[in-house]
Amino acid sequence: MTKFEEKQPSVSVDKLMWMYEQMAKIRYYEDQMVEAYTEGKSPVFNIGEGPVPGEMHLATGQEPAAAGMMVHLTKDDTVTAPHRPHHHAIAKGVDLKKMTAEIFGKESGLGKGKGGHMHLFDPEVKFSCGGIVAAGIPHAVGAAMANKMKGKDWVAVAFIGEGAANAGAFHESLNLAALWNLPLIIVVEDNSYGISVPKTASTSVESNDLRASAYGVAGAYVKDNDPVAMYKASEEAVNRARNGQGPTIIEIETFRFLGHFQGDPELYRDKEEVPGLRARDPIMKLRQQLLDAEHVNEPELEEIETRVKQEVDEAYQFARDSNYPKPEAALDDVFTS
Amino acid sequence: METAKKRMLTGNKAMAEAIAQEMENDKNVFVLGEDIGKYGGIFGSTQGLMEKFGPERVLDTPISETAFIGAAIGAAAEGMRPIAELMFVDFFGVCMDQIYNHMAKIPYMSGGNVRLPMVLMTGVGGGYSDAAQHSQTLYATFAHMPGMKVVAPSTPYDLKGMMASAIRDDNPVVFMFHKSLQGLGWMDQLDYAVGHVPEESYTVPLDKANVMREGKDVTIVGIQMMTHYAMEAAERLAQDGIEAEVIDLRSLAPIDKDTIINSVKKTHRLVVVDEDYRSYGMTAEIAAIVSEEALYELESPIKRLAIPDVPIPYSHVLEDFVLPGPDKIVETVKQMMDEA
Repeated sequence: MTKFEEKQPSVSVDKLMWMYEQMAKIRYYEDQMVEAYTEGKSPVFNIGEGPVPGEMHLATGQEPAAAGMMVHLTKDDTVTAPHRPHHHAIAKGVDLKKMTAEIFGKESGLGKGKGGHMHLFDPEVKFSCGGIVAAGIPHAVGAAMANKMKGKDWVAVAFIGEGAANAGAFHESLNLAALWNLPLIIVVEDNSYGISVPKTASTSVESNDLRASAYGVAGAYVKDNDPVAMYKASEEAVNRARNGQGPTIIEIETFRFLGHFQGDPELYRDKEEVPGLRARDPIMKLRQQLLDAEHVNEPELEEIETRVKQEVDEAYQFARDSNYPKPEAALDDVFTS
Repeated sequence: METAKKRMLTGNKAMAEAIAQEMENDKNVFVLGEDIGKYGGIFGSTQGLMEKFGPERVLDTPISETAFIGAAIGAAAEGMRPIAELMFVDFFGVCMDQIYNHMAKIPYMSGGNVRLPMVLMTGVGGGYSDAAQHSQTLYATFAHMPGMKVVAPSTPYDLKGMMASAIRDDNPVVFMFHKSLQGLGWMDQLDYAVGHVPEESYTVPLDKANVMREGKDVTIVGIQMMTHYAMEAAERLAQDGIEAEVIDLRSLAPIDKDTIINSVKKTHRLVVVDEDYRSYGMTAEIAAIVSEEALYELESPIKRLAIPDVPIPYSHVLEDFVLPGPDKIVETVKQMMDEA
């Protein structure tokens, strides 16, 4: 038993290692995306230019939500994600090459270049995301319903931003999932802002887990973007769902290190805010905890870091090397055959 | 004689100026929507309003479109003049019940006893790889349903003048602004996103198309980006001796039939260009109007350019393929003239 497990016997350090690897991969993936997205957009920023055009919402700083939940899921469990989906996709095991090719608009992408970064679909690992706020929640309700009808103990998890908790779909879905006692978990990632509007100006309660009681479901709150606390809250929620004990809302206080989208002037927040958040980097925190637990040493962590970089670099290379679709392919796939 | 330098504004500044002037003139006018306060609107349509009028009249809302558009309806029924912003028209799905079952129908169902003097403004259009859920225009979706005036101005001058008219109108007006014509620093820098805008308040009617360019050989009807592409095409066609008349539709509902028919009577040829889906759309509507009212004026079949009934794809090669542009317009007109 490691020092960490002596203190927290319910937490598997091997699973924390998995989380660390995912979080490191996500961080490096998003860092590379900042670079790729910037290509062709300087000195003058034009959203339509470069190898990765369009809107780009990155999850740098929000890794614990994805890793802490996904460590308890298998590929049979369903995940729906919003417009900021890369961390969820990566931790869920979405094909990294095809995902990156999709973001580069290539034929080899998950959606043959038709979807782009907000619209990634990988049925192999039951992952989807979309560009409409809160829209993924009812889809997760439906997946949870299907699991129950099939007699499986699979669960469905909807990730949303805190802004989405004020949309009708959130409230309607919770009532329905509670009414039908479905294996649904909603993870609310509170990064403090719905684009520019602070949570305090949009939300009538301090945190959305408080809304759980209105629907007769369980609620949990994870503060300080803490990976281990997210692990624990998620484990409880997943067990509850698998055991037929109904839905849970987990809200995690997380950090958006970047703008709402790349190119966001961020005039709505204090210049000091982001450096303050970066000083509380959850990846560095988990890294230190793993070292302190004497479970791994520095070279072993570096090996993980090298491995994920290689995997991500290969995905980007695959995307860049892939061909664009033929223009007339735009007409295909309106109906499936 | 020295001419005074014309005052030039971007599309979004023109809109924001109209709203500010109406807010100054009428204390019942207020604005609500997502990121319309301190941010000034994601597409800049409300810039400066928070500073000028404060949070009592410029309200940032939660992501609760059903609630805040519904609230705008309720406030309008009480005599206020709300302007609600639906950030992207694509987001209409979450709140369409309020829009078409309530905003559009209450005045009619009440036998005209309830007025809803409100504006629903919304960003439309693609061309910058924002994919299927953030690139639509949905002109026809809104124009199809009775009870709403639906306008889509193409120039800064019209954006200001038609916004003033929309606010003063006693009916619900869906005011579509094209993202690419807002003059945003982070999009393509288009000459036509900047234009002459007088400082003083003025109005432009909500039911009149505008002949942007006169010609005798063919009528090209467009709206927003398609109007500007039609103008570009017309310049090129002129080099080949083809004189195209370009009509900027501006108003989808009510539609200005007379301007279109009068033009077709002069040119005897019609091309309609739309950034919306082809089937059951604006191109079909205009073709039907001309077929019903001026069929025998035509010397060749009507041509339609629109998105070929597919969602807007992400990859730019695919998006370029489905969006009409100047090349396709020139090609279509030339084909038409050759066939004659």
